[in-house]
Amino acid sequence: MRFYEYEAKQVLKKYSIPLPNSLFVQNSDSAFNAATDLSTEVVIKSQVLSGGRMKAGGIDFANSPEEVRVKSQTILELDINGLHPVGVLIEEKKNVLQEYFAAVTYDGRAKKPVIIFSDMGGIDIEEVANSHPDHLSRTHFSAAKPFSPFTAKNAVSAVGVTGRELNQLSGIVTNLCKLFLERDLTLAEINPIGKLEDGSIIALDCHLDMESEARNTHSAFLTEIGVPEEDNRQARPPTQFEIDAANVDAADTRGVAGNLTEFDGNLGLIIGAGGGSLTLFDAVRAAGGNPANYCEIGGNPSVAKAANLTKLICSQPKVDKVAVMMNVVSNTRVDIVARGVIKGCIEAGFDPAEKIAIFRIPGSWEEEGFALLERYGVDYVDRSVSMHEAAQRAVQKMKGS
Amino acid sequence: MSILIDENTKFIIQGITGREAVTMAKELLDYGSKLVGGVTPGRRGREVHGVPVEDTVRAFTDNQPIDASVISVPPAFAADAVNEAIEAGIKLLVVVTERIPRKQVAQFVEYAEQENVRLIGPNCLGIISPGKSKLGGVGGALESCKQAFRPGSIGVMSRSGGMTTEIANSLSESGLGISTAISIGGDAIIGSTYAELMPLFDQDPETKGIAIYSEPGGRAEYELAEYMESTGSKLPVVAFMAGRFMDEMPGMRFGHAGTIVEGKADTTSEKIVKLSESGISVAEKIEDIPALLKQRIS
Repeated sequence: MRFYEYEAKQVLKKYSIPLPNSLFVQNSDSAFNAATDLSTEVVIKSQVLSGGRMKAGGIDFANSPEEVRVKSQTILELDINGLHPVGVLIEEKKNVLQEYFAAVTYDGRAKKPVIIFSDMGGIDIEEVANSHPDHLSRTHFSAAKPFSPFTAKNAVSAVGVTGRELNQLSGIVTNLCKLFLERDLTLAEINPIGKLEDGSIIALDCHLDMESEARNTHSAFLTEIGVPEEDNRQARPPTQFEIDAANVDAADTRGVAGNLTEFDGNLGLIIGAGGGSLTLFDAVRAAGGNPANYCEIGGNPSVAKAANLTKLICSQPKVDKVAVMMNVVSNTRVDIVARGVIKGCIEAGFDPAEKIAIFRIPGSWEEEGFALLERYGVDYVDRSVSMHEAAQRAVQKMKGS
Repeated sequence: MSILIDENTKFIIQGITGREAVTMAKELLDYGSKLVGGVTPGRRGREVHGVPVEDTVRAFTDNQPIDASVISVPPAFAADAVNEAIEAGIKLLVVVTERIPRKQVAQFVEYAEQENVRLIGPNCLGIISPGKSKLGGVGGALESCKQAFRPGSIGVMSRSGGMTTEIANSLSESGLGISTAISIGGDAIIGSTYAELMPLFDQDPETKGIAIYSEPGGRAEYELAEYMESTGSKLPVVAFMAGRFMDEMPGMRFGHAGTIVEGKADTTSEKIVKLSESGISVAEKIEDIPALLKQRIS
C-alpha cells in the first residue's frame, strides 16, 4: 500500500526526519489559508499515487496566497495519469544547494534489505546507476538483527560524503531504516534529500510503500496518520465490474475468485490459478483474442462462488463469450467449477453451450465435470489439449460468432 | 537419484490439523511419503489419518531423526513455526503458507542460512520426486498426481504451484518424465532460487535437463543466467515466461506478490533476452518445452 506524500511526510516526522513546513488541504480556500499561515514562497504539490507529477503539471510554485488559491484550483482539477488529486500539499519552498537520494527496499537476490544511497539526488536513480556508478552505493543489512547506525554511515560514506554532511545524512538514513523495519515497509525512498543554504539537510519528497499483508498489525499507527481502513490504494480506481467481482470473492471464504481486472475486449475469462492465469491471458492475446478481463480462480471455490463470478462476467454487455480455463489442477475440483459456470451462465440468461467458448480444466474429479458439461452441450477439452491450444480455440469461436 | 528428498525422507507437518493440511496429510500418506506426524499446539494426543499430533517439534526430534518439515500454519504463526523447526535441528523446510510479510521471510531465511537449513518457499506447493516421495500439496490426490508426475529425467523449478503440475504433465506425456519437481514459491523473497538449486540438479546423475516456469518481477532469472554463464551447467535448460502482457502495464498487480513490475529490467522481455543470451532456450508455449529439451539432450 502506497502512502500519499502528505501521509508519508507525517510518517517521516514521527521518525524525526527533518522536513519543510507544509499543510495538506483539499480546496483552494484552505490552500489560501495555508499559504497565509506559512507566509513564504511555496510549492503546491498535487497528492496522487502516481509518478510524473511535475510533467503532468501537478506541481507549481507561488508567491502569494492569492496565487496559491488560483493555482491550487487548477491542480485540484487535473487528471494525472488517470487519477484525480485527493488534495494538494502547500509546502515552504526551499533553496537547495545539493540533492541526495536515499532508499531502503528488499533485494530478493540477497534476501536482505538494502540501502541505496547517492549524492546525485533529484534525477532518475537508474540513470545514476548506469552513468555514475561511483555516485551510488548499495549496502545490505540484516532484517533479523537490531539496526545499527554504522550501516547507514557506511552507505553514505561509500559515495565520498564526509564532514558534517556525513553525520546528518547518516542520521536521516538510520531513521529511514528503522522506519522501514518497524513498519513493515517494502519501499522507503526520500528523493531528493536537500542540503540548504544554512547547512541543514531535509527530506523534500518521499515515497513509502507498506506491505499489504502486514497492514493489520499497524492499524493504530495508520489511524494516527489518518489512513482509512478500507482504503485499498489501487494503481487506478477500480471499475464497477472489478468492485462487483471483489464482492463475489469476499462473500464466500471457500476458494479464490479474485484479482479481476477489467480490459476492453469481448472475451470474458474465467481463468486460474495465479501462474495459469498469467499464461492463459498471454495465450489468448497471442492467438489474437481480446480479453474483457483478467482474473484468478483457485483453491476450491464453492459452486455458488464460481456461479456468481460467471454470472457477473456473462452479464457484462461487452462480453460475447466466456472461456473457462486453468492449468492441470490439484486442489480445485473440476466438477464443482463446471457446475458453477453452467449455473452462472443460465442465471445470467444464456445457453451454456453458446456462451461458453471452451472449458479446459483438467485434474481431480474431471470425469464428473466432463459428464456434466457434455449434458449441457458445452465444448470441453481434457489435458491432451494444451492451454495455448484451448485459448486458440476460444478465440477462433469468437471470430465465428 | 533425486534431489532434496527420496523414499527415506522422514518428515512432519507443522499445522497438521488445519483443514488444508489434513487433506494434504492424506495425499502424502497415499503417495507413500514417510510422514511421521504433525504439530499443532494444544492438540497433543490426537491423530490425523493415523499419524500422531504433538504440541512441539521437539517432541518428534528428541526421539527420532526428522529430515524435513512441511510448514502449513496461518501467516501470523509461520515465522515462529520456521524458527521452531530450525532450532530443533531440522535441515529441510517446505513453507507452504502464503501472505507472510516480507520482513519475517527475510528474518527466517537469514536464520535458515546461518544454520545451513535448506528452505523451500514460502507460498509454494512443495517438492516431489515421482515414485519416491513428495512434501507439500504438489500434484494433489494420488491418481491425478501419478498421472501428471511420472518418474523420469527432467528437473522442474516453478514460481507457480499450479504451473508446476501443468509443465510436469506435458513432460510426463512426452515420455521424458520428472526427476524432481520443486514449486519454489511466488514471493519476492524465497528460501531457494533457481540458481541456488541448480548445483543440486547438476550433481544428480538422473537429471538430464531442466524446465523452468517464470514470471515478471524480481531478479531470479538474472541470477540463473549468471550462474549458467559463470559455472556452465552441463544441463540444457528450457524456460517459459508467463505474464508478457504485464510489460504494457507497470504498477498493476497480478499473480503472486513477487509479480510487480518495478522497473524495466524486471519485465518479461528483458528477462527473455537475458535468459537466451546465457544459453537457456525460451519456450513460446508450454507444449514446446518437451521437444526443446529432447533436441538438446540428444
